[in-house]
Amino acid sequence: MPAQVSSVKIRDVNIKLHRVGRGPTVLFLHGANGLPQWLPFFDAIADGFEVLVPEHPGFGGSDDPAWIRNIPDLAMFYLDFIEEMGLERFHLIGHSLGGWLAAEIAIRDRSRLLSLTLMSAAGIRVKGLPSGDLFIWGPEETVRNVYYDQALADQVLAIKPTEEQLDILLKNRFTATKFGWQPRWLNPDLEKWLHRLKLPTLVVWGREDKIFPHQYADLWIERLPSARLLMVEKCGHAPHTEKAGEVIPAVRAFLKEAAR
Amino acid sequence: MKLLSFHLMPYRHLDFEAAAKHRSAWVVLPNSLYDPVLGADEYQSHIDFLVHSESLGFDGLGVNEHHQTAYGMMPAPNLIASTLIARTKTAKIAILGRALPLTNNPIFIAEEFAMLDNLSRGRIIAGFVRGIGAEYHSSGTNPYFSHERFHEAHDLIVKAWTEPGPFNFDGQHFNNRYVNLWPRPYQKPHLPIWIPSQGSSETVVWASHPDRKYPFLVTFSPGELVTRYLNSYRDQARKYGYEPSGDQLGWATPIYVADTDERAREESKRGLETLFNNYLRMTSEMLIPPGYTSLSSTKAFFKMRQNYATRDSYMTAENLVSGGTAVVGSPKTVRAAIEALREKTGFNILIGMFQFGVLSDELARRSIELFHTDVMPHLKG
Repeated sequence: MPAQVSSVKIRDVNIKLHRVGRGPTVLFLHGANGLPQWLPFFDAIADGFEVLVPEHPGFGGSDDPAWIRNIPDLAMFYLDFIEEMGLERFHLIGHSLGGWLAAEIAIRDRSRLLSLTLMSAAGIRVKGLPSGDLFIWGPEETVRNVYYDQALADQVLAIKPTEEQLDILLKNRFTATKFGWQPRWLNPDLEKWLHRLKLPTLVVWGREDKIFPHQYADLWIERLPSARLLMVEKCGHAPHTEKAGEVIPAVRAFLKEAAR
Repeated sequence: MKLLSFHLMPYRHLDFEAAAKHRSAWVVLPNSLYDPVLGADEYQSHIDFLVHSESLGFDGLGVNEHHQTAYGMMPAPNLIASTLIARTKTAKIAILGRALPLTNNPIFIAEEFAMLDNLSRGRIIAGFVRGIGAEYHSSGTNPYFSHERFHEAHDLIVKAWTEPGPFNFDGQHFNNRYVNLWPRPYQKPHLPIWIPSQGSSETVVWASHPDRKYPFLVTFSPGELVTRYLNSYRDQARKYGYEPSGDQLGWATPIYVADTDERAREESKRGLETLFNNYLRMTSEMLIPPGYTSLSSTKAFFKMRQNYATRDSYMTAENLVSGGTAVVGSPKTVRAAIEALREKTGFNILIGMFQFGVLSDELARRSIELFHTDVMPHLKG
């Protein structure tokens, strides 16, 4: 079944929301590149779950309110979103910038969360091991650095975006800059609160991630009280697309176990 | 016409072959390519050059701020201004400009300018800029908030210069419980503020506003664009209901004078080409980081780069001269180029950069002296 797309208004912000599947709710928070295309990952998770994929304020088809100035603001906005949408108990998954956002939401209010899945998440750093510089890389260089498998990078690079898609990518890049430029992909005050995330947590990482090196995963595991690690070999920054065959069953098994 | 001699203070000993292996001559160019012994000599000659300009009758000397690059050795232009104050008598000293958004406490900028203004007894012109895109990489400042930070820093600095302290400043980016400038500026009501620009319409609208009427300087652009931008300032001023004076309109350009056109072109060629190709070399990601300009301007910029494929194309001295980005030729040719722009725009501030790229001191001096004898009298007359 294809995803349904709707617009929901939370306070003064219209959010473009994709929704697919039936069952316990999974809220997926996308990364800094937005949601340029629908992913097989969502459909695979949607077998037995209701998957909600909102486009964040400032990204894609959603409004860009000036008052959301940083990731903590965005996390507070999502607390409103969660209440207004009536999400009583749900699983939270975030990728990259969305992983950072998921952790910020969870430290503010974890009472409704069944589980937390962080994939290649931003938000904390390993000192002395800087993240790859998405802002200085050129467009092709970025794609090549996101994927370990260069044949996959070639496929992505072969897609020529339309004018409209280019506009959205630029909008996404502006918003990602607002949230992630300084300090780079980081809230220095996040790490010290991670001990509060006493809930089933899965950390998924690509061993060859060139944006957030795999040592970042170790730091998450060290700080999170009940997290386990899925380190994906021969994989870059997007494990859920690059190694979907391995990541999807692992995430599904984790969600089912956490729901018990 | 007001004439300024401007210097970027490039590091001319840069090993271009080694530099070409890196992404840019900015931000990521390893500083192992900088030799402090040679660099010290560079500072000496560049400063001597500006000091000499005063004796040639220039009304002002210009410096500016750039960070982490071989393009210009002045991350702190006020330090150079301080030296110039001590070594000159009457020339204005124009810092064109300080990059306001890059600092976390604009009060320090207000204080430094006020100090310089006192030290020079009122010879300082304060240029305010946002810094170029690369500087948002080298300073870490978020380009998304560049405009906000610029305007807020500007408001704070002007208030600090003009209103009795101590007072409290409540901003979004800058918050100061005590603003109380010691020393206050020497000039009244405050130092003149000039706005160097690449012509963005937002800047035109802001700088020409009747509350400000800040001189607007178009820098290093082809003649056609210089004309368009200066006239857009004039048009905007008329929309505000006043006629701008020529002293609100400035043009900054590399200038080279020799006895014949041919000789001028030949002697300036390498200097110009190294400036625009080697020292200014940077990627789009460095030049226009997201948010540095509006969504629509950013889009237009990328489209232009795509259409003209300028990323890898070499800028020849011939094109730079024929397009009017640089003014090169015999005294007669140079006079004619400046007069032509004056007729088209009514501009009255000329900021000449007489040393550029790897151009030697010897050639730069010969050129500025010929400008002094054979061009300046016509512009001053």
